[in-house]
Amino acid sequence: MSIIPVLLWTDALLFFLVLAIVLAVFYARGKEHLAAPWRQVMRSRMGVASMLVLLIYVCIGVLDSMHYRKALPSQENAGEQHYSAEVLSVLDLLMGPIKDNVETTYSAPFATHAFAREMQQLPDGQQQRIYPRLKYAGIHLDDPQTDRFADIFSRSMMAVLSGFLGLLMFALLLVLWLSKRQSKSFKEMFNLVVRGRTEVPWRVLLLTLGIMFVLLCWCAMLGSKYHILGTDKVGQDVFYLAMKSVRTGLLIGTLTTLVMLPFAILLGIMAGYLRGWVDDVVQYLYTTLSSIPGVLLIAAAVLMLQVYIANHPELFETDAARADLRLLFLCVILGITSWTGLCRMLRGEAMKLREMDYIEAAVAFGVGKSKIITRHILPNVMHIVMIAIVLDFSGLVLAEAVLSYVGVGVDPSMHSWGNMINGARLEMAREPMVWWSLMAAFIFMFILVLAANLFSDAVRDAFDPRLRK
Amino acid sequence: MLAYIIRRVLYALPILMGVNLITFTLFFVVNSPEDMARMQLGAKHVTEEAIDKWKAERGYDKPLLINNQASGIATFTDTIFYDKSVKLFAFEFGSADDGRDIGYDISQRMWPSLAIALPNLILGLLAYITFALLVAFFRGTYMDVGGVILCVVLMSVSGLFYIIGGQYLVGKLLHLVPVSGYDVGLESIKFLILPVLIGVVAGIGSSTRWYRTIFLEEIGKDYVRTARAKGMPELAVLFKHVLKNAMIPILTGVVVILPLLFMGSLITESFFGIPGLGSYTIDAISSQDFAIVRAMVFLGSVLYILGLILTDISYTLVDPRIKLS
Repeated sequence: MSIIPVLLWTDALLFFLVLAIVLAVFYARGKEHLAAPWRQVMRSRMGVASMLVLLIYVCIGVLDSMHYRKALPSQENAGEQHYSAEVLSVLDLLMGPIKDNVETTYSAPFATHAFAREMQQLPDGQQQRIYPRLKYAGIHLDDPQTDRFADIFSRSMMAVLSGFLGLLMFALLLVLWLSKRQSKSFKEMFNLVVRGRTEVPWRVLLLTLGIMFVLLCWCAMLGSKYHILGTDKVGQDVFYLAMKSVRTGLLIGTLTTLVMLPFAILLGIMAGYLRGWVDDVVQYLYTTLSSIPGVLLIAAAVLMLQVYIANHPELFETDAARADLRLLFLCVILGITSWTGLCRMLRGEAMKLREMDYIEAAVAFGVGKSKIITRHILPNVMHIVMIAIVLDFSGLVLAEAVLSYVGVGVDPSMHSWGNMINGARLEMAREPMVWWSLMAAFIFMFILVLAANLFSDAVRDAFDPRLRK
Repeated sequence: MLAYIIRRVLYALPILMGVNLITFTLFFVVNSPEDMARMQLGAKHVTEEAIDKWKAERGYDKPLLINNQASGIATFTDTIFYDKSVKLFAFEFGSADDGRDIGYDISQRMWPSLAIALPNLILGLLAYITFALLVAFFRGTYMDVGGVILCVVLMSVSGLFYIIGGQYLVGKLLHLVPVSGYDVGLESIKFLILPVLIGVVAGIGSSTRWYRTIFLEEIGKDYVRTARAKGMPELAVLFKHVLKNAMIPILTGVVVILPLLFMGSLITESFFGIPGLGSYTIDAISSQDFAIVRAMVFLGSVLYILGLILTDISYTLVDPRIKLS
């Protein structure tokens, strides 16, 4: 079946961001002053472990950003090829069965029967209210009541085993590579890694990776046979929904910063270095913007965006394009409310820097103002920018959930943790409670935010000159 | 002092005008009142009369900035800008979509908000300062490392989880207090316990960590070393010297948010069914009542700027080294 690739706005920006990071890494490798703090991050155990977790999230996000549309089976006389309105991603392809196994309504994690009773016709014509068997979960079992736990257990054991095998292979390759590079014998290197005596904490890295491998195998092996996190109201697999939400969370956390960064850097440095009326204008601008409570400004802007979208339906080819544009605007609006803090900090730093001897020397040599800003001030405030980027990330991921709850978050049709929580909240009053959607969203969000917080601590320790020993 | 306050209030005016201009642009220029009417009345199949009626009901049927049909001063006063934006400065918020006076509703609803926010703030401060002092006392030990890691874990949990989890645990499993609702007078206390408790718990992670850094910064200073050199016991150093001096950044941080306490919290109030300004705003957002949202944006900015002014004044009160200029 032929497909057509779809490039949404946020996809393009995400790819651009990943590319920029890769290029920045290559650029920084040759520059000692840039590489040194990153090496320090790589030496901290928390740093590498959290970085690995973040990397896995980013991989999921990137896979989910490669979008395409399937061609519809063409009619006989139609010359033009039509494409389905549903925008799919590579992640959908990889999670194939998990995505397509849609039940009718709620079911608990690992359940083989639905959560609610349904009226069913018995063979003898009578009607009875029973818990119907699920269509896709545990269908390979003859008698779910007795076989289920044994089946889950044996599959889990298999998953753990294959996860460990994968880890072992990886660890051996890694040690082999390390021993080649540091010209030590294999056994020597192996001992160093196992005892955690290496400069880069490989042991922690391998342990984290091991947990990830095992989890991955477990999800893959059980995910196709059961709904490992249950199903939601319309019967979709909650695990699939939570995975799809990763991209939204990542985008909110990164694009917002990307959007605000140019404004904050440019205006902050200009205000601090040029002073005079520029300073007054910039100060007025950020005081005004920051005096509006953030949620209210976002709410007002998103309400207006809704009005705009409702009145211009012709602009969007697919639902995904509409949801995507709303996400992008949400990032812009979040950026507008959050650039003021960074701008204020940069202004203060630039004011400090302009009194430094080397700037005075540059002025004495007749270096122009724009050159001083780009060559001398900008590189020296980059550590603040770096710290601000990673510090903001976790807050923004959490903010998404709150905004979606308030009703001014991402498009309701978009997969996001906020929407999952918002949808599940209405079922709180149910007895017994439908807890799995909430739990899945919270756990996915918690792991990402925790990793981001730990990573930002490591980055701050490495980049903040006041903390440097 | 008085001259300083007056000058600060005058400085605040252009900022409020800026806020006003931003909201005006957002609500009336980005989308015309006609677009809003179309959206609320159901997009496509709307008659012109219905739109005109909708606009007339809300007073949106006037020109935006300049009314050419009116004469004299009315050229500028008989416009949307004057009616909807300039009048905000006099705290005339107009009426909501259901015809109720927004100003009256705000004056009624700010008290429940305050009844949650104020105990939340005070109890929170006590708890966070105690924890932070404890962690700072054990600095450099495993207690400290463990405490900081615990803080990071706690602050990584979504605020919504604290509320939903707390409601489930305390309200539904233990049946200690009602899950949501509100009452007047002393009866309200049983409704307030849970939201306040959850509010305090939700803030432990980030606040304790923040106060810990403040304390550690203060502990590293020379006067602390002098006090120790004179043979002062560590606990006395912490309470007599460090706590007193660290209170300056802590208190000024609190003063900024004091006026904003009236605004309440959107999430807490809507989860617990508290009839405060937070749930007022959230209801307005979900029913797309633009007039209320506009009023709340303006009110929020006024209270924030008030907080900034109070902060500057409180600086001089707690720290005699700072002089107003």
